[in-house]
Amino acid sequence: MLLNIKNLQAKVEDKQILKGVNLQVNAGEVHAIMGPNGSGKSSLASVLAGRENFEVTGGKVLFDDKDLLEFSPEDRAREGLFLAFQYPVEIPGVSNINFLRTALNEIRAYHNQPTLESKEFLRLTRENQKLVEFDAKLTNRSLNEGFSGGEKKRNEIFQLAMLNPKLSILDETDSGLDIDALRIVANGVNKLRSDKNAFIVITHYQRLLDYIVPDFVHVLYDGRIVKSGTRELALELEEKGYDWIKEPVTSASI
Amino acid sequence: MANKSDDILEEYSSKEYEYGFVTNIEMEIAPKGLSEETIHYISAKKQEPQWLLDWRLKGYHSFLKAEDPHWQNFDLPKVDFQGISYYAAPKSSAKFKSIDEVDPELIATFEKLGIPLSEQKILAGVAVDAVFDSVSVATTFKATLKEHGIIFSSISEAVKEHPELVQKYLGSVVPHSDNIYASLNSAVFSDGSFVYIPKGVRCPMELSTYFRINTENTGQFERTLIIADEGSYVSYLEGCTAPKRDENQLHAAVVELIAMENAEIKYSTVQNWYPGDKEGNGGIYNFVTKRGVCRGANAKISWTQVETGSAITWKYPSVILQGDNSSGEFYSVAVTKGKQIADTGTKMHHIGKNTKSRIISKGISAGEGQNSYRGLVQVGTRADNARNFTQCDSLLIGDRCGAHTFPYIESKNSTATIEHEATTSKIGEDQIFYLNQRGIDTEKAVALIVNGYAKEVLNQLPMEFAVEAQKLLSISLEGSVG
Ligand SMILES: Nc1ncnc2c1ncn2[C@@H]1O[C@H](COP(=O)(O)OP(=O)(O)OP(=O)(O)O)[C@@H](O)[C@H]1O
Ligand SMILES: [Mg+2]
Repeated sequence: MLLNIKNLQAKVEDKQILKGVNLQVNAGEVHAIMGPNGSGKSSLASVLAGRENFEVTGGKVLFDDKDLLEFSPEDRAREGLFLAFQYPVEIPGVSNINFLRTALNEIRAYHNQPTLESKEFLRLTRENQKLVEFDAKLTNRSLNEGFSGGEKKRNEIFQLAMLNPKLSILDETDSGLDIDALRIVANGVNKLRSDKNAFIVITHYQRLLDYIVPDFVHVLYDGRIVKSGTRELALELEEKGYDWIKEPVTSASI
Repeated sequence: MANKSDDILEEYSSKEYEYGFVTNIEMEIAPKGLSEETIHYISAKKQEPQWLLDWRLKGYHSFLKAEDPHWQNFDLPKVDFQGISYYAAPKSSAKFKSIDEVDPELIATFEKLGIPLSEQKILAGVAVDAVFDSVSVATTFKATLKEHGIIFSSISEAVKEHPELVQKYLGSVVPHSDNIYASLNSAVFSDGSFVYIPKGVRCPMELSTYFRINTENTGQFERTLIIADEGSYVSYLEGCTAPKRDENQLHAAVVELIAMENAEIKYSTVQNWYPGDKEGNGGIYNFVTKRGVCRGANAKISWTQVETGSAITWKYPSVILQGDNSSGEFYSVAVTKGKQIADTGTKMHHIGKNTKSRIISKGISAGEGQNSYRGLVQVGTRADNARNFTQCDSLLIGDRCGAHTFPYIESKNSTATIEHEATTSKIGEDQIFYLNQRGIDTEKAVALIVNGYAKEVLNQLPMEFAVEAQKLLSISLEGSVG
């Protein structure tokens, strides 16, 4: 199993956000996580990636049979966990390409691989630019600085392609993308799918799941996964909203 | 959370200074103290002509009359001028005809600092003058430069070989009575570099001086004089380091630049004097007067500085824009961490018509460092259509440091355009996390962010040194972020 989350609980600024999340992800699978605003989806991604303002108050996470929570954020990334951010930050003056080269070589160094030669790096860059139809001009610009919302999201997927992680968490990558961009990004992800890696796709909309077809769909509500199913669940949610899911939980938790 | 940036700071400011070693070499050191006698001693040691001794003495008398400056934004420590030795030279240093005669210990010292002095090994296209305590120990590539009629030597040597040039220009931009430290320098300056670029000559290589303070209880008072004659061009770089010492050492240099009609001087500094330890013990007081004058029309002077060292840095490289259409530029990155203080900026004096100036200042504060930008843009009555643009940015790492800006504007001409922009930002935890999430550790993340922030200034440095400066910025901020 690639990822095994057991009863994960976490709080931020004394507020309990995750209240016992359980989730298993095998290599080769795509899981979608849906759920109302503020239910804890991004928080789950942050806790997995090791953001320091979240305090884990209980539970366990195994990543490739290793205790994920023991690793620093950078080591989690180096172990193969990638988070495509809901809100990618801008870093003025740091060129996208220089940043990517640094990232790639840090990850390689962690696995005792030599620094990538410039030629090879450029080849890889070109190949992956094509994959997500990422404008070469953006590659040389400062990291996300002045990028449009959609360009930022596309850049996340470009980075994903470059770093080739085992587990990718896409946090609302579809929001802010126009219809064409959505298809391009989804196609990119589909090409990157293999039996060695897995994806967790956080989204509000069924539409993305038409392109990236999930094996499982989960509903996160009030810090717990309250319903799991196959792709049909997403269609049902699209139709009915979340109310029918909320109620049983509330009554069950009394 | 909040502690993250604190840790960052903690480590950042605990980074050891790499160049803190001492060279063991036999030195000739003047007794401590300052008096007319001291000045006679120095002048005699250097076998100087009478006019120079007289000029030094004038400087000394200005010094006696001068008052400590009072306008700075920090408590200026009292400097014990009698506790300093004003002359220290390696014993064997009488005069070197070639690099082979230089004490191997000295060559080793400079190699350790990354400044190879043998011409085969030297950075391609860079001529170096190396100053060790009070004297210049080696100047490379002299012959090549001579073919172009370029003079690049220690100032002591220039006094002997080109007295007419030195006498004409010495003190012509920074008079001996300018300020207390400039007066002190005029009285006791020991060595430094001299450059003359003849009319119409474009200097074919970067010129560079490397300053090293080694001996205890000494000050370094070098004097640099650069003259670019009509239509000439030169790019010049100075670098500096000093050993770790518990007591503070004084560095009071003077740099004078003279650009004639259509001439251009590009002056770059990478300053890495010992900054003192974490508690603020020791470190160099870097009190420097740098000024250039665009004498003729269309002349251009550009100052670029990367300031990472010193306990206190206090300097305002300035340009007097005398010639019509002349232009002045100031690009600065100043880093303060630990208990370092930097009060730096520039003065642009617009005198001629259509004169232009551009000021880009990037302050970076970490630890308990205090960083001030202080700048003056002055436009005279005759300076029609003068233009200035000032961009003044501060980057804070942690919340115990400070950034301050003091832009002064004095305009006596209504046709002048003066623009000023200022920003203050913090390295965001979210930026660091973003980079962490891509496998980059926090130290490297900070280095990336800081270098990105300083890019506009670093881009001004000659290629050979930009990479060094980038590394220096990263190293000097190492450990500030955890
Ligand atoms: N740093 C923080 N400080 C305080 N509260 C926080 C912090 N981060 C998240 N929260 C809170 O945790 C809850 C879950 O937020 P989270 O961002 O995980 O929701 P989400 O499911 O991703 O929502 P959306 O669909 O709107 O993106 C929200 O109530 C949010 O306000
Ligand atoms: Mg979210």
